[in-house]
Amino acid sequence: MAQTLYDKLWDAHLVKQRDDGTALIYIDRHLLHEVTSPQAFEGLRLAGRKPWRLSANLATPDHNVPTTVKERAQGVSGIEDEISRIQVQTLDDNCEAFGITEFKINDIRQGIVHVVGPEQGATLPGMTLVCGDSHTATHGAFAALAHGVGTSEVEHVLATQCLIQRKMKNLLIQVDGKLQKGVTAKDIVLAVIGEIGTAGGTGYAMEFAGSAISELSMEGRMTICNMAIEAGARVGLVACDQTTLDYVEGRPFAPKGKEWEQAVTWWKTLHSDADAKFDKVVKLDAAKIEPQVSWGTSPEMVGSVNSLVPDPAKAADENQRKSWESALNYMGLQANQAITDIKLDRVFIGSCTNSRIEDLRAAAEVAKGRKVASTLMQALVVPGSGLVKKQAEEEGLDKIFIEAGFEWREPGCSMCLAMNADKLGQGEHCASTSNRNFEGRQGYGGRTHLVSPAMAAAAAIAGHFVDVREWS
Amino acid sequence: MQKFTQLNGLVAPLDRANVDTDLIIPKQFLKSIKRTGFGPNLFDELRYLDEGFPGQDATNRPLNKDFVLNQPRYKNSEVLLSRANFGCGSSREHAPWALVDYGFRAIIAPSFADIFFNNAPKNGLLLIQLDEATVERLFKEVEATEGYKLLVDLPAQTVTTPSGEVLSFEMDPFRKHCLIEGLDDIGLTLKDAADIKAYEEARAKVTPWIFA
Ligand code: SF4
Repeated sequence: MAQTLYDKLWDAHLVKQRDDGTALIYIDRHLLHEVTSPQAFEGLRLAGRKPWRLSANLATPDHNVPTTVKERAQGVSGIEDEISRIQVQTLDDNCEAFGITEFKINDIRQGIVHVVGPEQGATLPGMTLVCGDSHTATHGAFAALAHGVGTSEVEHVLATQCLIQRKMKNLLIQVDGKLQKGVTAKDIVLAVIGEIGTAGGTGYAMEFAGSAISELSMEGRMTICNMAIEAGARVGLVACDQTTLDYVEGRPFAPKGKEWEQAVTWWKTLHSDADAKFDKVVKLDAAKIEPQVSWGTSPEMVGSVNSLVPDPAKAADENQRKSWESALNYMGLQANQAITDIKLDRVFIGSCTNSRIEDLRAAAEVAKGRKVASTLMQALVVPGSGLVKKQAEEEGLDKIFIEAGFEWREPGCSMCLAMNADKLGQGEHCASTSNRNFEGRQGYGGRTHLVSPAMAAAAAIAGHFVDVREWS
Repeated sequence: MQKFTQLNGLVAPLDRANVDTDLIIPKQFLKSIKRTGFGPNLFDELRYLDEGFPGQDATNRPLNKDFVLNQPRYKNSEVLLSRANFGCGSSREHAPWALVDYGFRAIIAPSFADIFFNNAPKNGLLLIQLDEATVERLFKEVEATEGYKLLVDLPAQTVTTPSGEVLSFEMDPFRKHCLIEGLDDIGLTLKDAADIKAYEEARAKVTPWIFA
C-alpha cells in the first residue's frame, strides 16, 4: 500500500503495537540539554535505573549559557547567575555520572542542540529522534521522525530507549512555485502558520513538499520544520533527496564506507509515495509569499511587511476579537497602523530557527557597508554553535556585523527565550529571527516581532521594518 | 504519581484561548533542577504586578487583583476551565508541575496542545476535553455562581454540574488506567524489555550505523 514518509518512519520503529491503541516506538537518537533533563536524571537515580543504550544520547548546554566572551572565559564557573550555573553544572555532573557524551560549554562543538545534532551528523535520515524541547521538529528536515518530549518522557527514553505513542494523522503542506528574491524559508513557514493557525497542525505529522521546498538548502528546510510546532504539529518532515545526502556525508557521526552505501540505499526510499493518502492537504503558491512580520502575541498573528496591523472590529468572531484586542494592547500597537511604522528598540539574529551559516550570510549581505540605526539600543548576532561561529569568522561575517554596529556573541539560545542575561526590557519592540512571540518570551513585558534574518538585518539598519526586497 | 479517581472541585475560569506554556510558567523558573515548588509562580506574569525571580519569597509581591486566581471566590480551586489549544508552546513539563503544585487536579478545555496533552497525565493532572458550546455554557455558570463545583468521575468518564447535568468525556484507555492506578510508564514499558531487545537485534542488521 502507498505510504507517506511518516508511515514509513513509524513502521520502521514500531517495537510493539498494544491492544489499547498505543504503540511502543524505538528511539534512535536522544539529545539532551540542561533545562529539561535534571529531573529526569534524578528520576533514574531514585529508581536505580541506568540509560538503556548510552551511545544514543548526546548532550550540550544551550538554554541558559551566557553569550559574552567575558562571561564564557571561565567556563561553567564563570556563569554569573547562580541558578543558571547550577543547572549547567548539573548537566555536566549527570553526563559524567551516567557516561553520556556531552559538548561542554567551551567545546567548539557546543551550541543550540538543534544546530549541533545536524551539524555533527548525529541527526540522520530515517532516524527517530527526540529531545526535551518542542523545537525538535527541526530534525524532520532530514526525513527523520523527530519531536519534542516532556521531562517524564526524557526519563522514559533514557531508561527504555522507547516511547509510548499513538500514531498521528498525515498533513501535507504543498508549496510550489518560485520564491521572490529576498523571500526565504522563514517567510514560507510564517505564511503557513498565518494560513492554518497555531492549532492547525495539532494531531498531525506535517510534511512539507513541493518545488519550493525541494529547492531549499538543508538550513532552509530546518527553519521550516523547526516551526511546525508553532502550527501545532509536533512533527515536521521533508523527504530525503540529494541535498540531504550531500549535507550529511562526511559528518562526524554519519556512517562511513560500506555502511554509508547501505544507509543511502534505504534513505533514498524516505519520501511519501506518489499516491500516498494524506488526511489533509494545504497548498501555497511560493511566488505569492511576501516577507512576513508577526504583529501579535501568537505566531499566527502574522502578515506581510506591507500590510496593516489588523483591526479587531473586523475579526471573524468574538474569540478572535478578544485575542486580537489583548494582543494589540500587549504589543502597544494601533489597529490599521502600517507594519513598517513599528519602531524597534532591539534586533536579535539567532535561535534554533535562524542561527546557521546561511542565515548569518543572508543577514551579513544586508548589513554589509551599512550601519545599525542610532535609535536602536542593541542589535545582537548569536551564532547557533561554536562551529557556525568559526565558519562565519573564516568568511569574515563577524567583521561585517561588528562594523555595522551589531554585537557578535558566543553560541547559545540567548534572547530567544531570555533565560540568560540577553533580554528585552518592558515595552521594548524587537525584530527577532526566533520562533515564538508569546508574552514575556524575550523578557518581561518585551514585544517580539518574528522575521527572517535578512528582514531583521534590514530592520536593524532602518530602525523600523522595511521590505528587504527593495534593498537588493 | 498521585492517583485520580473522583474529585468534587471548585472551578476557576481562565477565559483565554491559546494559553501557552510561557504564560503558565515563565522561563526564569525553569532554572530549577527540582520537580516541585513551581506553584507560587504559576501564571506569574498574570498573577503579580511585578516581575518574578526564581528563589524569591512570593508572599509579599503585589498581586494583580483583576486576575481570576487572585479573587477570593476562586481560592483553593482544583479544576481550571479554559479555552481552545490550552498548553501550546514549549515542551516544558514545568507547566503541569506548576499547575499541580498550585493545587489543580483537572483542566477542562475544548482542545489541548499535543505535547502538553502527553505531559499532563504523567503528573496526575486530568485533561478533560468538552466541546466549545459546553465549555461556553460552563463559563457562564461558573461566573454566575459563587462556590461552583464540578464532580469529576474518571472511572465513569463524567463531569456532573451542580444542577445534576452529567457530561461525558472521551479518554484514552491507557492514560485512564495509569491515572486511576497512579502507574509509572517506565515500569510498564520495562515489562516489554525482551521485545525491545529483539527489535534492536533485528534492526542492527538493517541499520547497523544506529547501533555503532
Ligand atoms: S533557540 Fe529558542 S526555541 Fe530553540 S531551543 Fe533554544 S530556547 Fe528553544
